[in-house]
Amino acid sequence: MLEETKVKTIDKVVVRFSGDSGDGMQLAGNIFTNVSAGLGNQVSTFPDYPAEIRAPQGSLSGVSGFQVSVGTGVHTPGDSCDVLVAMNPAALKQNVKFLKPGGVIIVDIDSFKEADLKKALFTTDDPFTELGIKAQVVKVPVTSMTKAALAETGLDNKSVLKCRNIFALGLVCWLFDRPVESALHFLKSKFARKPAIYEANALVLQAGYDYGHNIHASVSTYRVETEDPRPGVYTDINGNTATAWGLIMASQKSGRPLFLGSYPITPATDILHELAKRKDLGVKAVQMEDEIGGVCAAIGAAFAGDLAATSTSGPGLALKSEGIGLAVIAELPLVVIDVQRGGPSTGLPTKTEQTDLMQALYGRNGESPLAVVAPISPTDCFDMAFEAARIAMEHMTPVILLSDAFIGNGSSAWRVPEADDYPDIKVPLLPAERIDGTWRPYERDPETKVRYWAIPGTEGATHRIGGLEKDFNTGAISTDPVNHELMVKTRREKIARIADSIPPLEVIGNGDADTLLVGWGGTYGHLRTAADTLNREGVNIDFAQFRYINPLPANTADVLARYKRVIVAELNTGQFADYLQSRFPGVNIARVNKIQGQPFLVGEVVDHVKDILNK
Amino acid sequence: METNTVTYTAADYKSDQSVRWCPGCGDHAILNSLHKAMASLGIPPHQTAVISGIGCSSRLPYYMNTYGFHTIHGRAAAIATGFKTARPDMTVWQISGDGDGLAIGGNHFIHAVRRNVDINILLFNNKIYGLTKGQYSPTSDRGFVSKSSPYGTTEDPFIPAELVFGARGNFFARSIDVELETSREVLAAAARHAGTSVVEILQNCVIFNHGIHNYITDREQRAERTIHLRHGEKMLFGRDMNRGLVADGFLLKAVTVGEDGYTIDDVLVHDAKTPSNFLHQQLAMMDGRDLPLALGVIRDVDAPVYDREVAAQVADVRARKGFNTLRDMILAGEIWTVE
Repeated sequence: MLEETKVKTIDKVVVRFSGDSGDGMQLAGNIFTNVSAGLGNQVSTFPDYPAEIRAPQGSLSGVSGFQVSVGTGVHTPGDSCDVLVAMNPAALKQNVKFLKPGGVIIVDIDSFKEADLKKALFTTDDPFTELGIKAQVVKVPVTSMTKAALAETGLDNKSVLKCRNIFALGLVCWLFDRPVESALHFLKSKFARKPAIYEANALVLQAGYDYGHNIHASVSTYRVETEDPRPGVYTDINGNTATAWGLIMASQKSGRPLFLGSYPITPATDILHELAKRKDLGVKAVQMEDEIGGVCAAIGAAFAGDLAATSTSGPGLALKSEGIGLAVIAELPLVVIDVQRGGPSTGLPTKTEQTDLMQALYGRNGESPLAVVAPISPTDCFDMAFEAARIAMEHMTPVILLSDAFIGNGSSAWRVPEADDYPDIKVPLLPAERIDGTWRPYERDPETKVRYWAIPGTEGATHRIGGLEKDFNTGAISTDPVNHELMVKTRREKIARIADSIPPLEVIGNGDADTLLVGWGGTYGHLRTAADTLNREGVNIDFAQFRYINPLPANTADVLARYKRVIVAELNTGQFADYLQSRFPGVNIARVNKIQGQPFLVGEVVDHVKDILNK
Repeated sequence: METNTVTYTAADYKSDQSVRWCPGCGDHAILNSLHKAMASLGIPPHQTAVISGIGCSSRLPYYMNTYGFHTIHGRAAAIATGFKTARPDMTVWQISGDGDGLAIGGNHFIHAVRRNVDINILLFNNKIYGLTKGQYSPTSDRGFVSKSSPYGTTEDPFIPAELVFGARGNFFARSIDVELETSREVLAAAARHAGTSVVEILQNCVIFNHGIHNYITDREQRAERTIHLRHGEKMLFGRDMNRGLVADGFLLKAVTVGEDGYTIDDVLVHDAKTPSNFLHQQLAMMDGRDLPLALGVIRDVDAPVYDREVAAQVADVRARKGFNTLRDMILAGEIWTVE
């Protein structure tokens, strides 16, 4: 019983749900996340699912995991977990390495029969000894308890077994003192159209919770600290949904209709899914015949006057290169979302990486500069998608948004913005007074170098644009050598001047450190936590995470010049470090790199930084 | 499409750019026909967009006083699809050659046709790559000798009409560059058709493939080797208009009215509107040898139009459960409030 067991009060806790890819671990994890966020916890999640849709049941390759950290000061889903739920032997084998010393393992002991052990390639009948597990293992008969709870319902066996995940969820809710009612609320909306399934899951959830309450095993329970967040309405949001919503906000703040041209690709497809649903907000999201069709439909919509976007991952970005080049020379606004995954080629489709930076910056023929931005967390995907759209329209240029699988799939609690939390986007529409017969399509604002956007259908503003070089003054096609150089430099200058409209690079730290830890994009949580950890351990280090990659914030040179050493940590072999080094040759740059398809672990960053500093 | 009482002339659709095609190129005539077709439709230049890929023919938008976009090789159909889906109120023309539309752009071409997005695709077919100076194209005949096939090609060509029907197309018409009035008529018909309209125009490349369509265009023989199809009219052709197409089992046969027992009643009446494409395909596959090459509108069938369907679905969803703002939509979902 709760009051008889040990209660640990902690600032944050990490739970990892693992099971067969058909076991519903993502759903159990998501509900636990939402319930915790509703209680005022910060949350950060990491779904770790296999590339195969349905690997053989019970096999090692079919294990699906969902890790979530809840509490205060949560920036990452955690390097390792306090509680590991393993629904079968394969899940245990694949995930035991993520357990913290002193952590607890909960297994469905009903799924540890001889045949199950064989599927997971155990050679003895004692998997716990075979894996050398010293941690406390709570052996729960999840399957039989689920069956018992649903004995009266008349539900078929297959449907009954599908509720096992919710039994585990009930047990974990008890462990962390989360009210069942709140979980019921999420189940109800999940199974809104299947009342019988909802009823069954509700019974099982309660049964799991009660089981925890009734067992007399001395399991520690946890009291997780909460903090008072800013008042407002909150929801749980993952990075891909936030990206989609950021574009919608930009559409509302610019008055331009939102158009998405896309093609399914892991791990970016959820952006297409979300925007396809948002017909209720007037969004047009079209699934084209291929990646090139996706970007080209978006370019057509941009010429037509829409806020146009295309969503993809690395291989798709490669296919879209020529189209993006067209948007560069035509000077049309276009948002290209790259949810990065492991490469090259098909690579690691479900795993995270930051290896498309050079492709985004330079992966086109000719001199084709464009803006590149990178969100730093699931919720920042909203802000940076908004920014990408703002920059695209205000500066008439394609913008690449470099998200990644980790923040795209990861989620956290997010305060729903009020109407005036975001600025109006000042779209450079061709003003009526310029329609006097003298307007030319590539005349520019002298300050920003931005051309006007003349929306088709406007009388008196018919014009022709295209992929051929054009005359600086008239916009007519031109092969003049000097004019070409002028146009190349003008397009470059236009991108450089975006720096005037973006915020400066922020440094987190005391300001008196010699060393700056630098990251960009989705590694923020891990690097921030690593920097905090280092400072707590007496290593004086400042930290900065780049969200604007091209152009860089205007103060970048000044910031970097303040430090004796800059350590650039990224999930590739050093692309951002090379980029910074090429721009700022005088800066002393050291590198921390990881290319394993997995996010950083805080511990490994801390160790690596210490190694560098001790050299 | 706005109704207005302003009338337009061909000159209203001409831009101030000097036309740069080779002297004698068939494109000049097609451009001329297009200007006239647009004037006859009465759609204002500012409500018209002309989108092209890459190739000689794709230079055409520069010569139009409309909205125009000269894009990249093969992608005009996808760009036009996005444009039209965003702006169903605009009239959209796509200009492509046989290389642009059927080789590098083949995938976009068949999918545009399958979706039935309301664009008018002008396929300039000269069976050669002109802009790159003379390589065989996907419509070049087997054995065709070109710079990239010095010993003759070893592959069969696409027949554009067959591709259109394979992609379940609902509008197909054909003309020849030199037949300005036929071109004007079919282009106007293409524009009036809601959905993807494909107009194949046999075009002569005077430099790299001069005379490729001579068998058809030959002044002496043209009346015998072509037939102008008109919806609701008998399928008659020939110098004396006494040759006709009749059913021969499941196939077509050319006969002379008054000979071999065939009367005018045996001659088929062209029905471009019938949903079945069986006869349309047979008509479109006639090549001028045993049976006359068909010109005019071969198929013109109404079907759901992609861009209208997208807009209608948006309107329908908005009417049933629409939100005014993003925040309203989010507040209707799973949320919690912190006081």
